[in-house]
Amino acid sequence: MSEERYALNKQLAQMLKGGVIMDVTTPEQARIAEEAGACAVMALERIPADIRAAGGVSRMSDPKMIKGIQEAVSIPVMAKCRIGHFVEAQILEAIEIDYIDESEVLSPADDVYHINKRDFKVPFVCGAKDLGEALRRINEGASMIRTKGEPGTGDVVQAVRHMRKMNSEIAKITSMRKDELFEEAKQLAVPYELVEYVHDNGRLPVVNFAAGGVATPADAALMMQLGAEGVFVGSGIFKSGDPKKRAAAIVKAVTNYQDSKLIAELSEDLGEAMVGINEQEIEILMAERGK
Amino acid sequence: MSKKTIAVLAVQGAFAEHIDRMKALGAECIELRQKADLDQEFDGLILPGGESTVQGKLLRELDMFGSLQEKIKNGLPVFGTCAGLILLAQELSNDEHVYFGTLPVRVQRNAYGRQLGSFHAEQEVKGIGTVPMTFIRAPYIEAIEEAGEKEVEILAVVDNRIVAVRCRNQLGVAFHPELDADNRIHEMFLQMCDH
Repeated sequence: MSEERYALNKQLAQMLKGGVIMDVTTPEQARIAEEAGACAVMALERIPADIRAAGGVSRMSDPKMIKGIQEAVSIPVMAKCRIGHFVEAQILEAIEIDYIDESEVLSPADDVYHINKRDFKVPFVCGAKDLGEALRRINEGASMIRTKGEPGTGDVVQAVRHMRKMNSEIAKITSMRKDELFEEAKQLAVPYELVEYVHDNGRLPVVNFAAGGVATPADAALMMQLGAEGVFVGSGIFKSGDPKKRAAAIVKAVTNYQDSKLIAELSEDLGEAMVGINEQEIEILMAERGK
Repeated sequence: MSKKTIAVLAVQGAFAEHIDRMKALGAECIELRQKADLDQEFDGLILPGGESTVQGKLLRELDMFGSLQEKIKNGLPVFGTCAGLILLAQELSNDEHVYFGTLPVRVQRNAYGRQLGSFHAEQEVKGIGTVPMTFIRAPYIEAIEEAGEKEVEILAVVDNRIVAVRCRNQLGVAFHPELDADNRIHEMFLQMCDH
């Protein structure tokens, strides 16, 4: 990937800021998401909660299904490939997906290596649960980061943990002397230049969204107040009682994440939220996939 | 030039980048996120890049649409980039929506295709010189509407497509001047706010 292409890919993520990216499994759901104000949709065959319930190996979605969603909406369409599965990524690039999520939600195809995302023209978003993971993914060519959270649980605790961890590590680097950054780069297993960027700018070099377990407008606003630049909502919408209404409420809560009065109104009569699973009840910790 | 206050639509998209530019040029900025924000006084309005469907919907649902449209019609200087140009356009060739509809041009959304079609260029902008231009899933202006034939001034053309126009109080560009290290288009807009 040329430097210019990488810049364009980071810049597309900048355009998504302040927005909500929603998981959808059909063109019909994609239309509902777009009408509710999603800034992009993630096309996948099964939402994380169902992947979790079904168990077994979970793979990239059928390209035909993804194409159906691309035709249904005018907003950017993202899709997931397995960690390390560069051929799935090549397929997604061939159908001109707008963003690839190399995602721990699917079963990893490689337990050592991530995809060399620098080989691709299309942009990648990757999950991270701390600063080291985020910078390693960026070094591999990711142009957007999201917290891993714990997908498909409806429990926001891990997303909060990951966002706080990243923020505190960024704050720590910002306050370091420059001569300490070399050792920090070694500890994080990332190039010095990336650590230096974080030191000088007090932020990641790419846009950082929250993901994993966001189920309510309050969850979304919580992540925004913690410093997320936008929010992914997976199972939280189409596993709830009134997806349309909940989706629109989450979109507005992200725009006005500091207005508690408005968020109170938005939280009324949303119907049933998705049934959550607590951290202690989970059998597979997806966030532990790919480090 | 007295200190200007520029309102930036901040419901979704790359509004922070515009605010940085405006502050660098010495202007004050306010963010428009809901109706109450419109009570403040401002000399100009920026409609940033992002997703026009999201911004258009939130403008209506957060009850800002009518007042802003009125202000633009009454001559408030407005600067739309990418999605912002779509919000201003009188007609969209591949979308049934019309938002403010104050700029008499016909615009095609996602006119260069998906993200793989995004590109960078350098091209002449009338009155400024050559500027860097970043196009992200960008629109372009297909045609000037009949109503605007006398008023719409074409400022830039890339590969035979119109990518920047000015019409009275409105400046619309298909690319993202807020993403490149060049403040001249923002300066041009600040000058429009001076009149």
